Amino acid sequence: MEVYRSHVLVCQGSNCNLKNSKAVYEELDQQVAAKSLASEVKVIQTGCFGLCEQGPTVVIYPEGTFYCQVKVQDVPEIVEEHLLKGRVVERLLYTDSIAPGRVELATDTPYFAHQQRIVLRNCGLIDPESVEEYIATGGYGALAKCLTGMSPGEVIDTIKGSGLRGRGGAAFPTGLKWQFAASAPGEEKFVVCNADEGEPGTFKDRLILEGDPHTIIEAMAICGYATGASKGFIYIRGEYALSIERLENAVGQAKDLGFLGEKILGTDFAFDIEVRIGAGAYVCGEETALFESMEGKRGEPRVKPPYPTDKGLWGKPTVINNVETLANVAPIVEKGAQWFASLGTKGSPGTKVFTLTGNVANKGLIEVPMGITLREVVYGIGGGIPGGRGFKLAQTGGTSGGIIPPELLDTPMDYDSLVEAGSSLGSGALLIIDDSHCIVDLALCFARFFQHESCGKCVPCREGTRHLYNIVGKISRGQATREDLDTLKALERAMLKAPLCALGQTAPIPVMGAIKHFTEEFLAHIDEKYCPAGVCEVPTADEALSASD
Amino acid sequence: MAVTPERVDNDGLQWLDGLIEDYRSKEYPDLLGLLRQVQERAGYLAPGLMKRVALATELPLSQLYGVATFYSLFSTKPKGRYVIRVCESAPCHVEGASAVMTALKSCLGIDFGETTDCGLFTLEATSCIGVCGVAPALMVNDEVHGNLEPDDIPMIIRKYQKVPV
Repeated sequence: MEVYRSHVLVCQGSNCNLKNSKAVYEELDQQVAAKSLASEVKVIQTGCFGLCEQGPTVVIYPEGTFYCQVKVQDVPEIVEEHLLKGRVVERLLYTDSIAPGRVELATDTPYFAHQQRIVLRNCGLIDPESVEEYIATGGYGALAKCLTGMSPGEVIDTIKGSGLRGRGGAAFPTGLKWQFAASAPGEEKFVVCNADEGEPGTFKDRLILEGDPHTIIEAMAICGYATGASKGFIYIRGEYALSIERLENAVGQAKDLGFLGEKILGTDFAFDIEVRIGAGAYVCGEETALFESMEGKRGEPRVKPPYPTDKGLWGKPTVINNVETLANVAPIVEKGAQWFASLGTKGSPGTKVFTLTGNVANKGLIEVPMGITLREVVYGIGGGIPGGRGFKLAQTGGTSGGIIPPELLDTPMDYDSLVEAGSSLGSGALLIIDDSHCIVDLALCFARFFQHESCGKCVPCREGTRHLYNIVGKISRGQATREDLDTLKALERAMLKAPLCALGQTAPIPVMGAIKHFTEEFLAHIDEKYCPAGVCEVPTADEALSASD
Repeated sequence: MAVTPERVDNDGLQWLDGLIEDYRSKEYPDLLGLLRQVQERAGYLAPGLMKRVALATELPLSQLYGVATFYSLFSTKPKGRYVIRVCESAPCHVEGASAVMTALKSCLGIDFGETTDCGLFTLEATSCIGVCGVAPALMVNDEVHGNLEPDDIPMIIRKYQKVPV
């Protein structure tokens, strides 16, 4: 076995990749070889480390030195100074936007200090294209434990006992879902991984798959064992080219090593996985629409009940779980239900991966225990609002989530607290918006999304999203009246109950939340026909004033 | 081997037949995968190709069209060599996507939904592509570009113009 004195980890997640991190990785590899260090220093490509705003990132162990925004031209200096002479390259260190000075170790930065990485345990640490590295960190140990020492019922009890709830947005108790499928009649059952991550602001599943694809494969096999399924599918959106590549590679490796296929690990358990690629439709993230798409049809949701665990893919009992949900399975099996249940809060055990987006200094991927407040996330980890601007609002849970105004910044981030605050945890997307933006313009952006993505099957959504978009458009152009607000309220009442699926049901939420918390700004557009933020195509405040002179 | 919207030669036919045979023989058929591979080869799902697929799979042509026109990554009309999909969802919107979109229209001389006369670029607005950490972002075919400013656009366009056909 080769032993190295230094490991250089280079992030190869999508966000860093498009900032040329592949070239940085290759240059490091070359320079290390050129300086005859190849037998002492190992350069490794890893998945997403998290601080996407500061990419490309490079971490050098054993010190844990954290270099940010590394360019190809920086590489010779890193090799010469850090690897050869043992001197840290100060100018490339992370600079926190709140605390003064540069920070040497990733673990010392507020961004990482608050994190508890369970789902992301391997991301940024192992080479996602190496099954050996996955195994070396304990990978497939949980599957082995299940197959050789636990009955299917015991596996389900463990997941139930952990309190794990779905991480895709619906938050249904995972153990219960597995139990329903296990007890459903029928010989043929399926396990489906929902990797159709389409909720705007969410990119956690992409990066989990890019950084640690084997954990999903292992979790699906465990689910198959627990529920009696021998076939799994991963439905992944077509836009996620790198994730697809790493996933297909990992499935191939798992098959070669016998973690998938017949007689897994010498037992009678057989399980196989196929990767299926989507073709661009947000609604296919809805579980029954996903099944329709896989069956070669338009991605239109089905009436529920029956629920997937009774009649799912091709009419068979199906467990469909989100990527992040599955990434929790192996640690729960290894460390036990009690361990997981002790993290987070009582109603929301465990950790949650959040994606910080919008007007915040540290955009990227974080994993924190449930229950941390929004204020701690935005200002403690997120580094606050850049450009000296103020916090206007946060939208939690993606475009289908609600609005959190400044007064509610101390809301804990867990399922129940956010519902109480009029929003939802959803996918864990966090959109931070500063005071330079117009709330009506934002509401229009939200409404446009739903109108575009509506599948068209049911009238309340097909027509409702269209009217939502049209009316908010009228407001933004200064063409609306108070009556239009009444129409929106009526639309809200209808759309919360009538649509066939959650797309239509959640469409009014961000728009009505915006009106509720920023009524004055909406009324300025409606009554006075002007946009206080100066964004919308209406007369500015000054023009409106001078027009009335 | 030619599998183009205008014609399919003998090699092309064999390839298409092989694809469809693969589709029919699978225990769990993958129609989206079949359509994706045809589009990758031919550029778009042209009527002639769709008819061949319908005949061979015994699926009604109307059903195939229903599927093809539902998904944003499929196209039943010709597109440019490079399809530019710029994200218009909220996380990109609040980071200046509008200015990037204006720069694209101006640089290419076309509006959204149109293709340049030279046939090189089609411009589309798309929903979130999942790289919000580097918003605002766009995709050119499979390649993602992020942290965009309006001034970056001419350079990006030139890069693709320079690729030998």
